[in-house]
Amino acid sequence: MAEQQGKPDNTRIVRRLLLTVVGMFAFGFALVPLYDVFCDITGFNGRFTDGQAAANTKTVDTSRTVNVQFITRVNKGMPWGFEPEVNSVRVHPGETKVVNFLANNPTGGNMIAQAIPSVAPGEASLYLNKVECFCFNQQPLAAGAKTAMPMQFYLDPEIPDDIHTVTLSYTMYDMTENATPDALAAIAQPVN
Amino acid sequence: MSTVVGEMDQHDDHHHHAPSGVTRWLFTTNHKDIGSMYLWFSFIMFLVGGSMAMVIRAELFQPGLQLVDPHFFNQMTTVHGLIMVFGAVMPAFTGLANWMIPMMIGAPDMALPRMNNWSFWILPFAFAILLASLFMEGGGPAFGWTFYAPLSTTYSSDSTALFVFSVHIMGISSIMGAINVIVTIMNMRAPGMTYMKMPLFVWSWFITAFLLIAVMPVLAGAVTMVLTDKYFGTSFFDAAGGGDPVMFQHIFWFFGHPEVYIMILPSFGIVSAIIPAFARKPLFGYASMVYATAAIAGLSFLVWAHHMFTTGMPVFAELFFMYCTMLISVPTGVKVFNWVATMWRGSITFETPMLFSLAFVILFTIGGFSGLMLAITPVDFQYHDTYFVVAHFHYVLVSGAIFSIMAAAYFWLPKWTGHMYDEGLAKLHFWASLISVNVLFFPMHFAGLAGMPRRIPDYSIQFADINQIVSIGGFAFGLSQLIFLWVVIKCVKGGEKAPAKPWEGAEGLEWTVPSPAPYHTFDTPPDTSKTPPEAQDHG
Repeated sequence: MAEQQGKPDNTRIVRRLLLTVVGMFAFGFALVPLYDVFCDITGFNGRFTDGQAAANTKTVDTSRTVNVQFITRVNKGMPWGFEPEVNSVRVHPGETKVVNFLANNPTGGNMIAQAIPSVAPGEASLYLNKVECFCFNQQPLAAGAKTAMPMQFYLDPEIPDDIHTVTLSYTMYDMTENATPDALAAIAQPVN
Repeated sequence: MSTVVGEMDQHDDHHHHAPSGVTRWLFTTNHKDIGSMYLWFSFIMFLVGGSMAMVIRAELFQPGLQLVDPHFFNQMTTVHGLIMVFGAVMPAFTGLANWMIPMMIGAPDMALPRMNNWSFWILPFAFAILLASLFMEGGGPAFGWTFYAPLSTTYSSDSTALFVFSVHIMGISSIMGAINVIVTIMNMRAPGMTYMKMPLFVWSWFITAFLLIAVMPVLAGAVTMVLTDKYFGTSFFDAAGGGDPVMFQHIFWFFGHPEVYIMILPSFGIVSAIIPAFARKPLFGYASMVYATAAIAGLSFLVWAHHMFTTGMPVFAELFFMYCTMLISVPTGVKVFNWVATMWRGSITFETPMLFSLAFVILFTIGGFSGLMLAITPVDFQYHDTYFVVAHFHYVLVSGAIFSIMAAAYFWLPKWTGHMYDEGLAKLHFWASLISVNVLFFPMHFAGLAGMPRRIPDYSIQFADINQIVSIGGFAFGLSQLIFLWVVIKCVKGGEKAPAKPWEGAEGLEWTVPSPAPYHTFDTPPDTSKTPPEAQDHG
């Protein structure tokens, strides 16, 4: 190669290098879906697929107890009140529990919201199964209305021994802007 | 600047009709002209970024807010970082590559000279845009050079688009420079110059260029996502729209960690050229140096998350990134060992390039050790975002990368200008820099361990003494660099006539051409099969 005094190869090398550049630029964007997939599989970063788990058929492991804590917050600019009925519950792995979350819409307009969960430590998200949860769906709430939203869950008995506390955090996001006016108008008014 | 080259013109080949005045610089495709422009540009940026550091150190001289308001302070830390990384260190290395790589491999010029001109001339525009943003309403970028979302999206000033475009231009410039280096090295080596006979500076740049091609586009992607998040309603990093701000850190550091090796691998090449010259012994372990450089480059893609241990990762991931990070100290240790072994029983003399190289080896190793401390996940929770981190990366970048660039400048100045520099002044520059750089950065370790956070304009009163010492060191280091400017100007203007090979033990093709190097060198390729540079240790 060193013998070639002309530059017959330059164009080919430049073309390949430019292709690499374009490929790496695309790779930067490909990291976005890859990151989601990676987080879903590993529970990395406390995110997890928020799908409905099968009903609990596990045997309860009464030899240990795990403290499950609940944290709620609303996104910046979101006017709702949103809090868990209890701040924490102690459960045996395999045992099914129901916890209510209270929400109210203090504004004068109908609104739709969506709660997004996050679990710490991230590893625990793989073992926290929800049979039923308000977070599976969007929550419509009429002006001035309040509601109690149930969340039914159990911890997989496979949960590692070194996990003694699991924190489940919900952030409530305002989805009203994405809703059609008809859908908003259809929200049932509170019964006083 | 034009005086410099006025003199070089005398050596012009007669078939070359260089335009004079400003058009000569605008339209030049000569690797030596472009190299000089890169080096001067990076020095100007070094002074601009340095002045911002002086503002930072003046504000931190005592607790409380004295000189600047916190928002402006944040702009100073941000733009200081951006300018030093993209404006000072990287262009200085590209300038050295332009000047030296063709002469070291016996090529007449870079392979793509017109692109070379373009890749330099877009740089001043990039930095003009960045610096102009400081004067916009709402101020310039104030989110740190790492521009973490949501600081750079939700909470940034309106001028963020200017920051994004200037980073795009810097990236394009770096990528074009890297493509040029790779094509030059692959296609333009003189007969007999096989890959394993190339000087290590060429090798280290070859590997650096591949790193640039791999990660600069990822940086371009990251700033583009920041741009669309801020101005076009996307939600890459906005949790309210289904994005994730932590993902920004993953994408940024996937670029960011290879980037820190982009800023140090060419230094390894420089020091590997200088130490054998002044120890008058061939480099110990040439092949292991090549493999170690490649190993460091490869590992650099597997360690990015050690910058974000505190974001909450599974223990498995923390351990993986911790061990990979520590693994890098193995090839780096090989290099340090090789440099020491090269000096072992050598006939060492201590001219300024050697002094800077020795300081590089020692101080870079200190920076490497503090890096190892930071790599240990459990203790990183204490060090994270403190002055300990600031001390660490300034040891590897200032007394590492910058010192090696100084060493390179002194080593090759006689070749560039045809004059010997003033050794007395240069030694003054070295000692002033060496002492002040340690007064400046060493106490930062203690401030960090004691809990002083980085990127703050004000601090708790117990850090006052340490910060005063650091600031004094900072001012002294800043002033010392003016001596360097003086030495360079003096050397350009005149001085003792330099022979073709001013350093007794120096090896390599660049020393076979007269000093100053003629405008065109190696129009006919040299035969390197007789005296392979830096390869004698193979026997």
